[in-house]
Amino acid sequence: MSIHANPTTPQFKENAHKALGDPQLQEAMGKLRVGFTAARQMAMAKLPEFEALRDSARDIKNHTLAHLDLYLEAYEKKVTESGGHVHFARTAEEARKAIVDICKARGAKTVTKGKSMVSEEIALNDALQEAGVTPVETDLGEYIIQLRGEIPSHIIAPAVHLTKDQVENDFRRGHTHLPADRDLREPTQLLTEARGILREKFLAADIGITGANFLIAETGTSIIVTNEGNGDLTQILPKCHIVIASIEKITPTLEDVSQLLRVLARSATGQEMSVYTTLSTGPRRPDDVDGPEEYHVVLLDNGRSSMIGTQFQEMLRCIRCGACMNHCPVYHAVGGHAYGWVYPGPMGAVLTPSLIGVEKGGQLPNASTFCGRCESVCPMRIPLPGMMRHWREREFERHLAPAGVRYGLGAWAFFAKRPSLYRAATRVAMHVMGYYARKTGKFHALPLASGWTDWRDFPAPEGETFQAKWKRERTRK
Amino acid sequence: MNEATARGKSVGLMATCLVDLFRPTVGFAAAKLLEDAGCTVDVPSQTCCGQPAYNSGDKAHARALALQMIETFEKYDYVVTPSGSCGGTMIKHYPEMFEGDPELQRRAQRFSAKCFELVSFLTDVMKIEKVASAFPRRVTYHDSCSGLRELGVQAQPRKLLATVQGLELVEMKDSDVCCGFGGTFAVKFGEISGQIVERKTQDIIASEAPVLLAGDLGCLMNMAGRLSRKGREMEVRHVAEVLANMTDEAPPIGEPAGVAR
Ligand code: SF4
Repeated sequence: MSIHANPTTPQFKENAHKALGDPQLQEAMGKLRVGFTAARQMAMAKLPEFEALRDSARDIKNHTLAHLDLYLEAYEKKVTESGGHVHFARTAEEARKAIVDICKARGAKTVTKGKSMVSEEIALNDALQEAGVTPVETDLGEYIIQLRGEIPSHIIAPAVHLTKDQVENDFRRGHTHLPADRDLREPTQLLTEARGILREKFLAADIGITGANFLIAETGTSIIVTNEGNGDLTQILPKCHIVIASIEKITPTLEDVSQLLRVLARSATGQEMSVYTTLSTGPRRPDDVDGPEEYHVVLLDNGRSSMIGTQFQEMLRCIRCGACMNHCPVYHAVGGHAYGWVYPGPMGAVLTPSLIGVEKGGQLPNASTFCGRCESVCPMRIPLPGMMRHWREREFERHLAPAGVRYGLGAWAFFAKRPSLYRAATRVAMHVMGYYARKTGKFHALPLASGWTDWRDFPAPEGETFQAKWKRERTRK
Repeated sequence: MNEATARGKSVGLMATCLVDLFRPTVGFAAAKLLEDAGCTVDVPSQTCCGQPAYNSGDKAHARALALQMIETFEKYDYVVTPSGSCGGTMIKHYPEMFEGDPELQRRAQRFSAKCFELVSFLTDVMKIEKVASAFPRRVTYHDSCSGLRELGVQAQPRKLLATVQGLELVEMKDSDVCCGFGGTFAVKFGEISGQIVERKTQDIIASEAPVLLAGDLGCLMNMAGRLSRKGREMEVRHVAEVLANMTDEAPPIGEPAGVAR
């Protein structure tokens, strides 16, 4: 069973431990940490009205979510009018079935795929393979991880966890029909090789499946942004185009989308616009020069509508730009795979428990320092740390938090609610701690705090508490 | 409020648990800075602002501790704390803790409005332009997350440090990136926290400044602990100690008494 269907999220700590000991991953993460943040910074510097754009982007999505049912209906009507078909899927299972049924009806053997996180979410490739259909990922990063049998480690840069050398090895392993002594030292050589192979697949594909960055209710149009142009070839060349998208991708008008596009690429890669912004509305009309004969949209809910009206509704504003993970110190340390499922980083820490359940995803919202950098860069102003705290509250209420944490906190609160007892107890404790460390000023190991002292020393207290010393010195005066 | 009206106001000093327990010198430094600025400082019997409970999802205890804090401190004109983290909790999070209870929420809002982080209080409310202190060292400054992003504390400490005689501020790379402390995170996810603070200390060391300052004791203990585990000799202090000219009163964080540097 693939990781999509069987998340390793409950083993987050073990995953993180492995990631921290993986030198290639650490090298790749080091590059991401510098590259993406610098690019965004430069884009911000060039657009003084960015903060105002963030406000209007947030407002557009808030408005849409408040009237989501109306916009979904309008969108469906427009798609149907333009000759396309809309399939509502409540669950991942229903979405997979809808797509497999279309493949069967058309007798499809291969499908090309543009990058789609929703396709990962529903484990579409597994379902296609089971049905005897070969999926071919056409985004370079997705193609690489498909070769490796992995899931994306980043929502916009799926193979960002890999070094160039690793990709070279994968290509040599996967493309055995090419001369073994070919030169693949330069990234452009890797790109050319992938292009050559994918070109044949594009032409042979029976169906093209893409995701969508936005769905426009006003016109029934779906929009994808890419930097490789693979999305265009995926949706134009085959006779049938299937769009798989989640319901919160709906946006009222093209005008609204153009606002969101202005914050999307800048937040993601620091570009003003992605290289390709591709719009598609229904199948080919009689006088169109190209386009598919058949056009389907599979609209996935998968728990999203039940987030509406809850503390997690704001998460549905997410436009999947990746800025939150690009700026997250925890993501930088452990990479995307440690999160154990499709959505990593801060947005994953909020979304994953919603989608796979807090029992499985509960560690993620806990694995945050609450440094707030994600919220400070999120173009949609999603209060990510606040929502991680809401998950912690739910876990606490449901007694899912680890017993050690509960007892530790309970003991602390017991003293903290009794100031004179607190003063008496801490006075003695600090005196003892200070006495033991009087020669070194620090502890190398402490009972119950090995999580701390395995990695760093624990500075010793001065010995007398501030409150005791203040009382002693100030009352004497 | 301008200096003329702010002078002579009563300030309740909220020391924070960590300062109370580990580093009283920071509390005395804060008191000195506030008194030099013309405030009357009082230290009422106090415990914890409730942040560890709040961030662990334990809302009931968080609320109880917040209420206790409000009851203790609401009588002062201002409540000042040498921490952006505890400050952030009292200023940004107390009102949201009482959502659903309009009366308590209004009370929390009134309380939050008079709470301040120490250094920004000195510059923004007391309009302090310079401090009477000398520290002829090269220092680097880490921006602790809550102070920086919840309260906008960034220019204020730099402004006052620039007036310390002989002090030279050398900026480290990514001074605004988290040190990996995160309260209970440092113990619950010790290995990840350890990796983040390792990265942080690489940037600190690369600055080549022999002194590290910050405005939050938790972050300071984390960074000092990692530096000392790596065997790096570095003087780590709370920014208030330098601003108050009190660096002779206590050894650097994590060093034994009587160590001269
Ligand atoms: S949560 Fe915000 S920053 Fe993160 S991917 Fe979504 S829109 Fe981008």
